[in-house]
Amino acid sequence: MVAATAGAQNITAAGATFPYPIYNKWFTEYNHEHPNVKINYQSIGSGGGIRQVSDGTVDFGASDGPMNDEQLSSAKVKVMHVPTVLGAVVPVYNLPGVSKPLNFSGDVIADIYLGKITKWNDARIVRDNPGVNLPGSSILPVYRSDGSGTTYIFTDYLSKISSEWAGRVGKNTSVKWPTGIGQKGNEGVAGMVRQSPNSFGYVELIYALSNHMEYGAVKNAAGKFLQGSPAGVTAAAAAAAKTMPADYRVSITNAPGATSYPISSFTWLLIPTHFNDASKGVAVKGFLAWMLEHGESEATSMGYAPLPVQVQTMVKRTITTIK
Amino acid sequence: MPLSETIPQMDSSTPSAKATPLQAPAILNFVTAAESVDEERDPSPIRQYLSTCGNGAFADKTFASVMLICALSIFAIVLFIFTILVARSRPSLAQFGFGFFTRSAWDPVSGDFGALPFIFGTLATSLLALAMAVPLALGVAIFLSELCPAKLRAPISFLTELLAAIPSVVYGLWAVFVLVPIMRDQLGPFLYKILGWTGFFEGSNFGVGLLTASIILAIMILPIISSITRDIMQAVPTSQREAVLALGATRWEMIRTGVLRNARIGIVGAIILGLGRALGETMAVTMVIGNHPDISKSLFAPGYTLASVIANEFSEATGDMYLSALIEIGLALFIVTIIVNAIARALVWAVTRGAPARVH
Repeated sequence: MVAATAGAQNITAAGATFPYPIYNKWFTEYNHEHPNVKINYQSIGSGGGIRQVSDGTVDFGASDGPMNDEQLSSAKVKVMHVPTVLGAVVPVYNLPGVSKPLNFSGDVIADIYLGKITKWNDARIVRDNPGVNLPGSSILPVYRSDGSGTTYIFTDYLSKISSEWAGRVGKNTSVKWPTGIGQKGNEGVAGMVRQSPNSFGYVELIYALSNHMEYGAVKNAAGKFLQGSPAGVTAAAAAAAKTMPADYRVSITNAPGATSYPISSFTWLLIPTHFNDASKGVAVKGFLAWMLEHGESEATSMGYAPLPVQVQTMVKRTITTIK
Repeated sequence: MPLSETIPQMDSSTPSAKATPLQAPAILNFVTAAESVDEERDPSPIRQYLSTCGNGAFADKTFASVMLICALSIFAIVLFIFTILVARSRPSLAQFGFGFFTRSAWDPVSGDFGALPFIFGTLATSLLALAMAVPLALGVAIFLSELCPAKLRAPISFLTELLAAIPSVVYGLWAVFVLVPIMRDQLGPFLYKILGWTGFFEGSNFGVGLLTASIILAIMILPIISSITRDIMQAVPTSQREAVLALGATRWEMIRTGVLRNARIGIVGAIILGLGRALGETMAVTMVIGNHPDISKSLFAPGYTLASVIANEFSEATGDMYLSALIEIGLALFIVTIIVNAIARALVWAVTRGAPARVH
């Protein structure tokens, strides 16, 4: 600690755009409380975050999708995953005359994007929404054209639900969409859906909440239709905590539990296990401890879901191993 | 030479002329003598100034070589970009070879990449935009330079230049919120009704797609083409117009033979500049093209361009093959631009070969 306070620490970080608002808030607050530690975070995207931390050009990275085994083994810097907050993806749609939030089963969403369900009054949509008068118009599926963690979480969920999706499309930050049109960013998808009647799309929960958008409910693993909310997302993480692997690289989409929202995911910081500059390691450890202590409580107010208590305890232990 | 031979002849034939040759040299001698004396005694202020400015030959040579370096830097920059693009796209070049440019797969999950739908989207939207923008731009330019009342000229010119200065993201937003609904509800159904039989206006029309992207591109390149064309037409000397009119031409004939004919190389240049912007335009196109890598005959169908896919996917691309495929897309854009420019140059050459533009 003495070494760390001796001189100002400038720490550089880069990566995911999805958690940028809360990271920015945390880094600013932490700098106020610890003027000697300044963390400069560039939201260049998860792909860039993984590349830069692997090459050692930043002190740590951030990503919405976990690094795969190949990426971990080829990285010049040995990296560990530290979950920070959780996000979720919610279905949005524009159906004139329908006011009640619609229910969607995972397989229905998959088949809409596979081009197998093309009409709003398809028997399977009607089955999930008894009493709703659905029109016979064509569905316009809208997806994210830019590579994004949102797409990763969404396609990860669809891959678990639909074996055809897993085989034909798979999961990634960008995929080969069988049908539909792509729009850039949450705002692009939301804007397109908002002004195109009969469209269907997906956006981040935090985006839908902060823009007061209507969104649909999704059927979870327990068979309940649930609208996305920070509480539902944390519940999904808590359900997954029991089987949490030591490196935190886990997908919590379609998590068990009646209150778990199914399209949820962690977002991670990618922290080198060993810092060459020991004082930097101390500073980063200091920040991570502060994040668990103070930062997590700020998540809900910003639309993110905080880590469940069990996971916080695990992470607290993990960060002590950073050298 | 012939003059000096004729003078003695004249001398011998006409006696009255005898006095003249004698006088003339005297005057000439006097003038040159006076000048040389003047220069020795009192050099002109310009000459004085120049002689204080150091060695003229050295300055000339330095200037020439600096300019040469500037000119060569263009070659260096192009070569540098090309080298980097090739070097960085090597994994994908090795994997797919030349087939990369003719395959239509684009699957980041399985790592299967091809550029054809993107090349198609880029060329289709750019050429369609050109087809819409060029007649309109020529009309604007002809009106401004030949027919416009002086009072209207300044405001129209100002607005044209204003259009050119609007950032492309603003065009994109305008397209999303204004053009897309018009396309979806009015223009699209109308086109389907009268031109549906051609097969170019089929399938679901959601307001986004190749046609919408082409229209927004046409609007974006219109001011570039029209303002350059106008400047070029104004540069045609008035004497040309007067000459054609004096031969009894109507106003249209005057514009056609006197102005457009003389300005045509410049106009082709303006069109090439517009095409260049259309090929590389990213933001506005991304917002309305639908970003779906398909090759479709219908202009209502969504498409994808080379520039758009780079902008969309580069930041989140993980994996070496994915990244190098995206860089090879950049290489494809580079090559497409070069080929299109080469074709345009060939076109200029073909047009001007028969009858070179007149020198005034």
